[in-house]
Amino acid sequence: MSKEAIVCNVKDNVATAIRDLQEGSIVEIVVGGRAITVKLRDNISFGHKFALEDIPKGYSVIKYGEPIGTATSEIRRGEWVHVHNLVSNRGRGDVEGG
Amino acid sequence: MSKVGRIVDGFFGYVRNNGLVGTRNYLGILSTVGCANEVARAIRNNLDGAALITHHQGCCQTPPDLEIVTDSLISLAKNPNIGAVLLVSLGCEGTNVDKIEEEIARFGKPVERVVIQKVGGSINAVDVGSRMAALLLSKISPCRREKVDISQLVVGVKCGASDATSGLVSNPSVGVAVDILVKAGGSVIFGETTEFIGAEHILASRASSEDVSREIYRIVVEMEKRARSMGADMRRGQPTPGNMEGGISTIEEKSLGAIVKSGSCKIDGVLGYSEFLGSRKGLYVKDTPGREPEALTGFVIGGATLLLFTTGRGAPQGHPVSPVIKICGNPETVGALGVHIDVDLSSVLAGTLSIEESGMKILEEVIEVASGKKVRAEVCNYNETMDIWTVGPVI
Repeated sequence: MSKEAIVCNVKDNVATAIRDLQEGSIVEIVVGGRAITVKLRDNISFGHKFALEDIPKGYSVIKYGEPIGTATSEIRRGEWVHVHNLVSNRGRGDVEGG
Repeated sequence: MSKVGRIVDGFFGYVRNNGLVGTRNYLGILSTVGCANEVARAIRNNLDGAALITHHQGCCQTPPDLEIVTDSLISLAKNPNIGAVLLVSLGCEGTNVDKIEEEIARFGKPVERVVIQKVGGSINAVDVGSRMAALLLSKISPCRREKVDISQLVVGVKCGASDATSGLVSNPSVGVAVDILVKAGGSVIFGETTEFIGAEHILASRASSEDVSREIYRIVVEMEKRARSMGADMRRGQPTPGNMEGGISTIEEKSLGAIVKSGSCKIDGVLGYSEFLGSRKGLYVKDTPGREPEALTGFVIGGATLLLFTTGRGAPQGHPVSPVIKICGNPETVGALGVHIDVDLSSVLAGTLSIEESGMKILEEVIEVASGKKVRAEVCNYNETMDIWTVGPVI
């Protein structure tokens, strides 16, 4: 297993850090047997996610090969992905049709 | 003998008259209403070998909820870890205590009842109840462990205080163990319906029939409707603030990481919250919320005699009726809360342990604990966490 971050499924557009990672560092990740590198735009804590590609506002964030919610702003490759730029589509009593 | 050989070899359990097998041999001190909890606890404290079954239900609830509470208490008493039952009643509760006593007796278990209002209050009830309980304990204590097949095991699986390692390490490892148990002819129950939201299509595709598939979708719709009816974003309730600090952003992400603990076998049925599995074998969904006391109790109501509990951030609680095996893949948590962790999977992130090996490690612990090894929650005496889930208002 990679020592820095894990991608669960080849369809994913985010990776999960498995140790605390520093802004500006270049992380190597194995996706479907192929190694890719991503330069981090934020500090990423253990267990948190960063984008593997640019994700436009309104597009799905994909982990485990499935949508886990929608980007609420433009997310750039290497940026931290969490509740500040990703919103759930489900269990939403606060929005119509949630 | 190979690892798989040892597992097929079985475990040492308590074989009950009806053929069901327990991993523990307790007298159940069963409170029939929240008002009787303190007497039930005092009776338990006088004795050795009793499991305290308490909750906050049984009065001032709508009839459907009172029926759930009555049926849940009957099912709890049927759990093979319970050899005999003492009912502790206030005397004016809404639960149907006559029905509970009749059903337990019909099931073939020794049962007695003490009623606080009839014997002159709490102090007398503790005295009278303790004498009854002592005799019941003497009656069940000769029961001895016998070698039985692994298919006699009923295991409940749950995740709690989850973080990103739950979905990456501990839940997939439990999934490996669950697949082996189900294929060996055993029974596994999983639930936490809230944590199917966003992943229900994957579970439904594993349903053994159209009916089971429809039932999976139905319980998710009902659970989501209840959450949405509060007119708020479900977040902070689910995922919890701790989940989010650990890196889980949305309920969909939590769900997708959670359902992998159910393995990959077909799903044979959906059980209502108060339903007892009995002698049915296979993989079952139980409709429960995600919260520990109600979810763990739901699996024990279903007949689980052992519980697997994955945790990322660490959680100490066990359950009064069935031993809870705590499994953790977060190295920091294993370091800080090691006293509460039964199976340490922190080597997976270090790259020195595979998910398949982790699954075998969990199974080895299952066999040990099913045969009598005490889990950390038992050793730490942290076993009172339980409650019964109802859906209507308290009135």
